[in-house]
Amino acid sequence: MSRVTVTDRRTVPPVEGVDGSVRLTGVSKVFGRGSSAVRALDKVSLEVAPGEFTCLIGASGCGKSTLLSLVAGLEQPTSGEVSTSGERVAFMFQEPALFPWLTAAGNVELALRARGVGKAERRQRTGELLETVHLNGFGAKRPHELSGGMRQRVALARALAQDADVLLMDEPFGALDAMTRDVLHDELDRICAARRLTVLFVTHNVREAVRLGDRVVVLSSRPGRVIAEFDVPIARPRRIDSAPVAELAARVTDRLREEMSRDGG
Amino acid sequence: MAVNNRAKYEEKLAWLESLEAASPDEQRGRRLATRVWAGTWPVLLAIAIVLAIWQLIHLSGWKENIFPGPGATLSNLWGQLHTSLLWHAIGTTAERAVIGFGLAVLIGGVIGALVSRIRPLRAAVGSLITGLQTMPSIAWFPFAIILFGINTTAILFVIILGAAPSIANGLIAGVDYTPPLLLKAGTMMGLRRLSLWRYLILPASLPAFVAGLKQGWAFAWRSLMAGELLVIIANQPSLGVLLSTDQDQSDMESAIAIIIVILILGIIVDQLFGLADRGIRRRWGLTASS
Repeated sequence: MSRVTVTDRRTVPPVEGVDGSVRLTGVSKVFGRGSSAVRALDKVSLEVAPGEFTCLIGASGCGKSTLLSLVAGLEQPTSGEVSTSGERVAFMFQEPALFPWLTAAGNVELALRARGVGKAERRQRTGELLETVHLNGFGAKRPHELSGGMRQRVALARALAQDADVLLMDEPFGALDAMTRDVLHDELDRICAARRLTVLFVTHNVREAVRLGDRVVVLSSRPGRVIAEFDVPIARPRRIDSAPVAELAARVTDRLREEMSRDGG
Repeated sequence: MAVNNRAKYEEKLAWLESLEAASPDEQRGRRLATRVWAGTWPVLLAIAIVLAIWQLIHLSGWKENIFPGPGATLSNLWGQLHTSLLWHAIGTTAERAVIGFGLAVLIGGVIGALVSRIRPLRAAVGSLITGLQTMPSIAWFPFAIILFGINTTAILFVIILGAAPSIANGLIAGVDYTPPLLLKAGTMMGLRRLSLWRYLILPASLPAFVAGLKQGWAFAWRSLMAGELLVIIANQPSLGVLLSTDQDQSDMESAIAIIIVILILGIIVDQLFGLADRGIRRRWGLTASS
């Protein structure tokens, strides 16, 4: 049985100041046993280089979320090996998953506290992080007093508070309206560039994948396999409605359709 | 015609603006008054209905030598409120309630925490707790009196047996229903074992724990009243002792007066728990109106 190996920061020489990388080698994941067993992932091999923004795309049921859980160490692969290098892995979920008993600032601060950051520094860093996601002045609000987009910003600030080198994102903007999503795409671009984060971003929105990613990886459904990879050579800053993004998105969509028709829809 | 319409429109706009211009404090004051009134009038109406029915029964002459009317009873209550005996009794009863319930919270909390975290304990003790909850606490008194004698310890023992299982169960339910997504988020943040407990599981279980406290209080209050009627300690007036004396002397006016005192005390504490519950819901955004 293999397990997630988290390599210590000190033993890995920094690659241009970016530590995080993700490597999956022949990873399979089976849920259940016997006749009711479901093969969610089948021999998936994937590598995310330090500082790379990789988008995973596929129809529902292709095991995208399972793959992220494996990388996060929340679940163990049935076979194959998952390894991440870098100090920490942060996870952003489809829902904000904020703690309702804490304020926005309290949620961010708890992530710092979990890492053992001292009180004075915590307060200062919380302020900075909220500023990074453009939420200064909203620190005292509770999650239910914020809009959906603001909550996801708090969740992003909380993920950044972990000082992770690898950021895993599971359709984090799926529940937001198009305008809010657009703004958050710009912010994510800016933050990733500034912090040189390694990102594995799961979505079922092809345009979103092309808008954000350095590379788009297409997964098949039941079981999930890597069936195609597209490099995204479009210069940043990008717009989701620009011609090059639309053109590449169309190609990715064609490939997805082909796969889905083979699968019987 | 058009000019006329425009004037009307502007008039309406000014009126709307004047509505919005009412200062927030003023609005809040008005809202508070409305809320207080909305909460008060059903209570007043209920009291009026009870008094009316009571007065009618009294007027009908049913058991008229034993059954007093509201007037005589309330004046009896008014009189007793000016004696030190009633206040002394309320003091004793309240003290027992606070100590007994406090111990029940402590014991129930510790048991709940252990049972919810330790798997083997859970199977064995979990069902025992639920079983204990179905036990009418008054049935424990013979056991408690033989064990501790006719004293306060026996009463406290039964209060704890009555209240602790509900409190433990509340905490266990809260821990069980901690949303898995929040647990995942906490784990990814690096919260482990104790810190996971302190910063995630405990706060997440708070609403269920408060519900358990409320139910535990109801059991504690019932056990306490039963205990005070059964365990009569000399020279230590309590509400139970006063009631029991009234029974011995067939003093119905005083008996009903004491019942009213017990009812009011119970309602007040219940309201406090309700307040705590609503406070949490508001903070968490679980209420429809904020």
